[in-house]
Amino acid sequence: MDALSRIPQLLVYGVISGSILALGGIGVSLTYSILGFSNFAHGDIMALGAYLALGLLALFTGLGLSNTPFGPLSFGFSFTLSFALALGLTALAAVLIDRILYKRLRHATSVILMIASIGVALGLRNVLQFCWGPQPQYYIEKIQLAIAVPGLGVRIKPDEVFIILVAVIVVTFVHYFLRHTKMGKAMRAAADNMALARVSGINTERVILWTWVIGGALAATAGILAGIENKFITPELGWQMLLSVFAAVILGGLGNPYGAILGGIVIGVSEEVSTAFIPTGYKPAVAFVIMILMLLIKPTGLLGRRR
Amino acid sequence: MELFVGVINYLVFFAITAGTYGILALGLNLQWGLTGLFNIGIAGFYALGAYASALVCGPLPSAWDSRVFGGFGMPFPVGLLAAAVVCGVVALLIGIPTLRLKADYLGIATIGIAETIRLVLKNESWLTNGVWGLQQIPSPLYDPIHKGVGALLRGHADWPSWAHDLTSQAYNWFYLILVLCALLSLYFIMQRLTSSPWGRVARAIREDESAAAMCGKNTFSFRLQSLVLGAMMMGIGGSLYAHYARFVSPSSFEPLYGTFLIWVMLVLGGSGSNKGAIWGSFVVWGIWAGTDFLTRYFPVTATQAASLRIIVVAVLLELVLVWRPQGLFRRGPSH
Repeated sequence: MDALSRIPQLLVYGVISGSILALGGIGVSLTYSILGFSNFAHGDIMALGAYLALGLLALFTGLGLSNTPFGPLSFGFSFTLSFALALGLTALAAVLIDRILYKRLRHATSVILMIASIGVALGLRNVLQFCWGPQPQYYIEKIQLAIAVPGLGVRIKPDEVFIILVAVIVVTFVHYFLRHTKMGKAMRAAADNMALARVSGINTERVILWTWVIGGALAATAGILAGIENKFITPELGWQMLLSVFAAVILGGLGNPYGAILGGIVIGVSEEVSTAFIPTGYKPAVAFVIMILMLLIKPTGLLGRRR
Repeated sequence: MELFVGVINYLVFFAITAGTYGILALGLNLQWGLTGLFNIGIAGFYALGAYASALVCGPLPSAWDSRVFGGFGMPFPVGLLAAAVVCGVVALLIGIPTLRLKADYLGIATIGIAETIRLVLKNESWLTNGVWGLQQIPSPLYDPIHKGVGALLRGHADWPSWAHDLTSQAYNWFYLILVLCALLSLYFIMQRLTSSPWGRVARAIREDESAAAMCGKNTFSFRLQSLVLGAMMMGIGGSLYAHYARFVSPSSFEPLYGTFLIWVMLVLGGSGSNKGAIWGSFVVWGIWAGTDFLTRYFPVTATQAASLRIIVVAVLLELVLVWRPQGLFRRGPSH
């Protein structure tokens, strides 16, 4: 009974971590469908974003910019500015990695690209570890109290409402971009059939550039939001989330960004709710088990098409 | 002379580790180099083999241990066999749902299994002693060799000190021979396998799976066999590691050492070449150990030095992938 009574609260946690996973998953899904490989460095790009925000925050604090909290939130102007700038810088970093490395491997098989991405993953993680050390770093060292939501029997922190709101806004933006802009349509065409897109006059290199811009910015958003939710960041942040992100993407259907959103929420909720029934130490394995079950039942995922 | 002996002793230790990695690289070469299976959970099989062997051969739990099970005190060959069997069974279970799918799925699933194994090792204290790990894993023939050398040295107190230093390491020499025997046997098995009809089918699957299937080959079954056999070799590597280190804990099998370095070894040596896999392990382990010496002279902390070394190895991997995808030790285009 005790386990069951915790479920509403765990659902709330699940939706929060699920929206973060969804943001990471959209990027993985886009790179998979357009560049044709599973990017194992995506988690570490999330961590890069989280650390860039940390660095910018330190810089702005040094410059004397105020971080007086906005209303009930735990942060203010300078953190919001760092957040926004970190998205741009991470997108830039993702594009640079593509120009320096992946571009030279455009004609290699997808597995070579996956191996290359593992190298990028460890390289990035250790650049972060070299600069900031392995110990946890904090955006804001202040404890925020959760507020009871009347009538539902759950508690939620104002920062967590912010996380869900940001995720919803970003997902809406991505949806609009993919459905209604020229570049978004070009991206969907390239995802469907790269060769056909090229012969119909779509500049596929530009599509790839935009894929990294969007994927990088979304990864940074996920990384920073994870930092807000966990209260700290470590260079392992991305690696620790990678398996759940991939499970989300596979659950929803590899290559389908909408599937990644659905998969993210399902994985996030399952991981949190599982803690009512199994030892918390096994939380990371829950995503894996769901993924294996999905691969056994329907490998194309919940929203996937047959390939 | 003392310095020379010191270097020799270090090289023996170095070769034991590099040889163990060579076995793992051969296992990966069977899976990836020969059949094209994308296993990035090597650390999981490595750890599983080490723990299986340690539990089968190790002592009963001591008063300080939180584990309550295992420690059957069996001889080393039984441990080696157990390591191979356990790894093979896990590979079979993971292969069945993933091997019909694209390489991406197997890759992600192997990360998942490695992570799950790590969680089990950490959390199931009754079996694995949790984060404290398993201690006092017996090294094969350690006591007779150690006693023999001790008696020999006591009988020859007149020997110069360097001779004492050299002889006192006799066990390491023995273990090196053990590792090299295992490595060479597996190498010859792999060579035979590569040129056998089985190896030809595996290569055909790597190059074009549907063509191999059209020729009437059950590609799923071949891929599964390759995954299982490769995992068994990784288990043997894990067992050899455990009985040399005499101690295993979940932190001995970080994804970096267990998986990443072995991939770099194989890619550098040349995927598909058994000789390349072995060369690659010695060269990459040489770079890894060499940079350890070098970074001591840099004005950085120990953790920063470790990060720097990983960055060097990662850059090395990317350079090879871009400029010499066939590996450093092979001529001509890949395969």
